[in-house]
Amino acid sequence: MIAVVDYGAGNLFSVKNALDFLSLENKLTSDKKEIENADAVILPGVGAFPNAMKMLDASGLIDVIKTQAKEKPLLGICLGMQMLFEKSYEFEECDGLGLIKGKVDKIIAPGYIIPHMGWNKLEKLNDSPLMTGLGDNEYVYFVHSYQAYCDDCNISAYSEYPDKVPALVYDGGFVYGAQFHPEKSGKTGLAILKNFGGLIK
Amino acid sequence: MLAKRIIPCLDVRNGKVVKGVNFEGIKDVGDPVECAKEYNMQGADEIVFYDITASFEGRGVFLDVVRDTARQVFVPLTVGGGIKTVDDIRETLRAGADKVSVNSQAVKNPQLIKDGADIFGSQCICVGIDAKKIAEDKWTVFINGGRVDMELDLIDWVKRVEQLGAGEICLNSIDADGTKEGFDISMLKAVCDSVNIPVIASGGAGRIDDFSEVFEKTGATAALAASLFHFKELTVGEVKEHCRQKGIIIR
Repeated sequence: MIAVVDYGAGNLFSVKNALDFLSLENKLTSDKKEIENADAVILPGVGAFPNAMKMLDASGLIDVIKTQAKEKPLLGICLGMQMLFEKSYEFEECDGLGLIKGKVDKIIAPGYIIPHMGWNKLEKLNDSPLMTGLGDNEYVYFVHSYQAYCDDCNISAYSEYPDKVPALVYDGGFVYGAQFHPEKSGKTGLAILKNFGGLIK
Repeated sequence: MLAKRIIPCLDVRNGKVVKGVNFEGIKDVGDPVECAKEYNMQGADEIVFYDITASFEGRGVFLDVVRDTARQVFVPLTVGGGIKTVDDIRETLRAGADKVSVNSQAVKNPQLIKDGADIFGSQCICVGIDAKKIAEDKWTVFINGGRVDMELDLIDWVKRVEQLGAGEICLNSIDADGTKEGFDISMLKAVCDSVNIPVIASGGAGRIDDFSEVFEKTGATAALAASLFHFKELTVGEVKEHCRQKGIIIR
């Protein structure tokens, strides 16, 4: 069972719909025990970083997610991916979960429309189990104004807007992040979620 | 870089797909969920549902359509029609829409754009605009399905809409709509040059070249069509392949 962490930030139903469509057993939950008993964890998120961290903290889930990330696959989606990093500068300096080295800050793209919204191409950088079976011309759906700034070694794939925007990140262990919305990225996104489901032992 | 989007639009009344020509002479065909699945298969980058139901009961049926579609189609869904309040926005997003499109009500109550953007984020607030040319390089905004001239200058309105926090504009040309003679290039250019948020071109698509033309000649980031796709005159796949061959970045 995949625990989809429900801490009150964002619409979780589209993630649930996609997992249901793929017949991956899942549950929306804010229950510590359920998250501990799950085979994998998805951390979604929409909105602003400081508020989302506050809500996660208020739900008493920060420690459990940090612990579970050492034992089972964890996938952060969109803001949930950004929360995997050490710090964010959205509105104010704010600590993240610190599971992957790096920070979150504004997308720097003079002359470009912000938010970075729409379909952008995945440029592969490092292997990731989540990209198994993907071709070289895969597009995924983004909606965000902030991005991760991290070491190349943690970037599985990025998109250009016009600089490098980390799209899929991986700590080399159990922690994965998708800046885009796999649940809204058509066949490519479903393939990535299916690969994540395949990580369950 | 971002791909230009091809967006089929489904007008829905009482749970069924309809398509009006110049907003009149509506034909009634098709199950919206099946249509959305078909468009998804064809490679649609986004799907728009537009509710033209007037009744309260119809609204419930429409939201069921959105809910069913969101369970089976995994590309962004934009839902418009009949959205008057923040609660309507919330209800529509909860049914599975990724964005809402507000049109007449945004003109009557611009605060709705700001409240919607503040509460749910700019990314899910699309402002739909119906506009008509009144003089050279001058257009005004119409509401209620293109029936009422608000005598509101289009360029003033799009700037205001951006400032209020809209994430996107869907610009429909009343002059071009239903003619199949191509998108309203001059109006789209004027709007794209006035704002820094994405603009969806709507109204007038009839030939495959109309799509490449709108991307080559204007800053529109997406092109929307309804009847053309609905009556299978062109498929989304054909349009995308054509644009790709013209060197336009397409998913």
